[in-house]
This record gives sequence, structure tokens and C-alpha cells, in this order.
Amino acid sequence: MPADFISNLYVFILAGFVGFELIKRVSPLLHTPLMSLTNALDAIVVVAAIIIAGRHETHLTTVLGAIAVAASFSNMVGGFLITDRMLRMFKSGRPKQ
Amino acid sequence: MMTASGLQQYLDFAYIAAVVLFIFSLKLLSSPVHARWGVLAGEIGAALAVVATLFNPELVAYKWVLIPLIIGAGVGIPLGMVQMTAVPQRTALSHAFGALSAAMIGIAEYYVGTAPVTRFEMGEIALEVIIGSLTFTGSLIAAGKLQEILPQRPIVYRGQNIVSLTALAGALGLAVALVVNPANTMLFPIMVIVALIFGVLLVTPIGGADMPTVISLLNSYAGFSAALLGFVLNSKVLVVAGALDGSSGFILSVIMCKAMNRSFTNVMFGAFGQVQASAAGAKEERVVRSATPEEAAAILEAASNVVIVPGYGMAVAQAQHKVRELYDALTKKGINVRFAIHPVAGRMPGHMNVLLAEADIPYDRLVEMDDINGDMPQADVALVIGANDVTNPAARSDQASPIYGMPIIDVDKAHTVMVIKRSMNPGFAGIDNPLYYLDRTLMLFGDAKQFVGGIVRELGGGH
Repeated sequence: MPADFISNLYVFILAGFVGFELIKRVSPLLHTPLMSLTNALDAIVVVAAIIIAGRHETHLTTVLGAIAVAASFSNMVGGFLITDRMLRMFKSGRPKQ
Repeated sequence: MMTASGLQQYLDFAYIAAVVLFIFSLKLLSSPVHARWGVLAGEIGAALAVVATLFNPELVAYKWVLIPLIIGAGVGIPLGMVQMTAVPQRTALSHAFGALSAAMIGIAEYYVGTAPVTRFEMGEIALEVIIGSLTFTGSLIAAGKLQEILPQRPIVYRGQNIVSLTALAGALGLAVALVVNPANTMLFPIMVIVALIFGVLLVTPIGGADMPTVISLLNSYAGFSAALLGFVLNSKVLVVAGALDGSSGFILSVIMCKAMNRSFTNVMFGAFGQVQASAAGAKEERVVRSATPEEAAAILEAASNVVIVPGYGMAVAQAQHKVRELYDALTKKGINVRFAIHPVAGRMPGHMNVLLAEADIPYDRLVEMDDINGDMPQADVALVIGANDVTNPAARSDQASPIYGMPIIDVDKAHTVMVIKRSMNPGFAGIDNPLYYLDRTLMLFGDAKQFVGGIVRELGGGH
């Protein structure tokens, strides 16, 4: 089994636990913005797509990479945008100090 | 060479910074008070990672990067500006895009290698591409159902589960064949196509009411496919971001399943639409009492404690702004108005909260099911707007009911129950609701938006 796999597995398991602890604390009030925010964070795959497209090794991989860049970057831009729009709407009824 | 590897280290630091900011981003989301800072943290992290990547010395063809980035922004901005009522389908579509992206990169990675991939790498790529592909088509079907391009009711046929499972087994079988011989390039595209078909088969039979679970599961798959991609590319930032997204979707799926008292397999393979019909016999003869907007307004005016239970019907009727007017009118008269939110009300987790927040209802008025049920006996009026199964007392008492055991909002314990509903026609789940035949229940027949508007007029009229 490659050494890279083992180190990635460590990272995956630890990040999974961190995610579990963090998500558990998110109020159910915000479950919709949570989903759009994690979606925007997940769109970080754009960095892998940029490299595949920009390396320009074969036409096929470049086109696949370019599609991936557009798809994931639209998620990144749209995900942050809508999450912020939603969160702006959540207002407390109590007067501000 | 020195400069290139030195640069590589800076890139790694940018990715580490991005990971830290992502974790803070989710941490800040714990409360609406500072949640917007979480978005900012995520944005900075993502921007750092993207800009750093553009400096990667491996990039030679910037045209193939910048044009897709511009297209992505051009698609993403309108998708970020959709109406709040369209958020569930937008979310499903973004799961589709995320999965498409992960699948495309995995496929490229299979074809890109100068040296043929090892068996181990082949296994990783195959699994990643299968999950990405099925999530892509599955999410598209979910988005189509939510946008009502496709029918929301479950589409079922005989032997469906066998067909679906055969497709899954086929995709996995092809993956195994590829691991045995990674050079068999003919099999790879077939595996992708079978996985795409499986995604369609998986989501098509699932009805609209199960969408909160399905959308959460698809979220989880999209996240885990990105994490697997991180394994394939040996990219820790993808592993972390994918693990965070995947665990988030997984936790939400568990919460949704618990809120429906159903298991994953039951949601995915149970086809909710089939269970009905058993209790359909004797219901038509029972009497219901109905009331006009004037009568409803008079009852609300006499109350001091009102609990409003919104459901998907409120979203369909776009009634949230009228509900806000009702909230204002009642609050002005000194009546305590709260909203009881069932976890699976609507079409995705938290759907009702977003709609009510959009209508400017303060979030401390939105109370979760478990927190409000203890107060229900003290409520003078429970007003149900477009919710059905989540208020059905048969879930508590009738073991023969298909929703028996599902946690519900105990509206039947309120002094008076009023239900705004179009007609006595049971929803597409076809489950009769004994709540409607109780002595304390008044049915308010009509469109939610118009009926609430009528009540508001009556409440404002006398003053």
C-alpha cells in the first residue's frame, strides 16, 4: 500500500472527526446555509481542475479539466454568494445593544 | 529547479492556510450572530488557494484556465442570486456540479498518466469516478424534481430495486475488472456510463417528501468524491475539504432520517408512494369543521399564545410574506407568536427557517420541534400552514400507519387547532390525517397566501 495513501488516510480520518464536531454544533436554524457553505468549500477541487486544464497534456484531459474548472468555480462563487445572502436575512428579534 | 520547488512550498502553505480558514468558517457557522464571518473566512481561504494555484509552474496554457473560470463565475453569480424558494433545486444543482467536477478530474487522471496507472491507483480512480458520476446524474434528477420539470411523486415500477442494484453491481464489476487490468481502456468509459445510469435509477423513484434526506445524502456523496479525488491526486486540501463536506452531508442525512423514523435503505429503496391505500376505506364519512377567515381571526385575537407550524405548502403558495404580516398583526396585539419547525418540513434541511428569515421574521421566534412540543398544551391556537404528515397524530398512536414512530409536532395538544389546506385531498403520500377530524380542529380551506391575507385583513380591520 503506497505511503501517500496512509498519510492521506490519516488526514481524512482526522478531518472527518473535526467536521463531525463542528457540524454537530451548527444550529438547525442554519442547516440550509450550512449545506451551501460546505458546497462552496468543497468547490476547492477547482485547484486540481486548474492544474489538469492548464498543464495541457492532451486535448481530452484539457477539455475535461476545463469543464471541471467551470463547474467547480461556479459552485465556489455561487455557494459563497447565496450563503451570505441567506445569513444576512437571519435577524434577531432582540434589540441590538 | 530551486525556484520551482521553493514555489511549491509557498503553494503548500497557501493550501494549509486555506484548510485552517475552512475549519474556522464552519466553526463560525455555529450561531447566526457571527455566521457571516464564517463566509468571509471561507472566501479568503478559497481565494488564497485559487490564486496560489495560478502561480503553479506546471501551468502552461492559461487560456484553458481563465476562460473556464470566467464561464464558471458567469454561471455561479446568477445561481447565487436565485429566489429563496428556489434554494433546494439550486442546492441539488450545485451537488451535481461538484460531483461533475470531481468525476471529470478523475477521468482525466486515468487518461493523463505517462506511465500506466497501478492497480491501487486504478481502484481509487474507479471508486472516485463511480461516486462522482452517480452523484452527478442523481443530483440532476433531484434538481429536476424540485424544479418540477420532473414529477415530484415517486416513479416506481415492478422490479425496480433489482434493476438499480444490477446497475450498481455492473459498475462495481467493471471497476474490479479494471483493477485486475488497468490497461483495458475500453472498460473505463463503459463503467462511467453505467455509473451515470445508476444515479438516474437511484433518485427517480424517490418522492418529493423524501428530498431533505436525498439532498443531504447527495451532499455527502459529493463531498466524499472530492475527498477520494484528494487521495487520487495526493492533495491534502481536497481530502480535508471533501471530508468536511462529506461529514456535513452525512450528519444532515442522519438527522433527516431520524426525523422521519426511517433508515437510509428505506429512503433509497423503499419508494414511499407504495405504502398508502390500506387505510383509505372509511375516511370519507367523517365530519370536519371548517371556518372562514373572519372566524379564524376572531379565535386568534382571543389567544395569548399562538404556534404557527409551516410546511412545504407554505413555500409552494409563496405565503411567507403574508405569514409575516400575520405575525406582525398578532404581535402588535400582545400575542406571543412562535413558529414550530419540524426538521423535515420543506424540501431540504432548514428550508422553512430560510423562508421565514427572508420574510423578516426574527430567528429567535423559530423553535425546533423538540423544544416546542413541551409547550404545546399551553398553546391557545396551533395554526398549521401547508404542513401535513409532520402534524399527524397517527404517527404517535396508530401502529398501522406508514408514518408510525415518526416524531411529530404535537399540534393536537393545543387548545384549538386550525389547519390551512386546499382541500381534504390527502397529500401525494396518501396518508390520512386524523388531526382533521378532531373536535378542536377547524379546517381553513383555501390557498395559504389568500387565506392568511384574509385573516390579516380581519385583524387590521377593527383597528
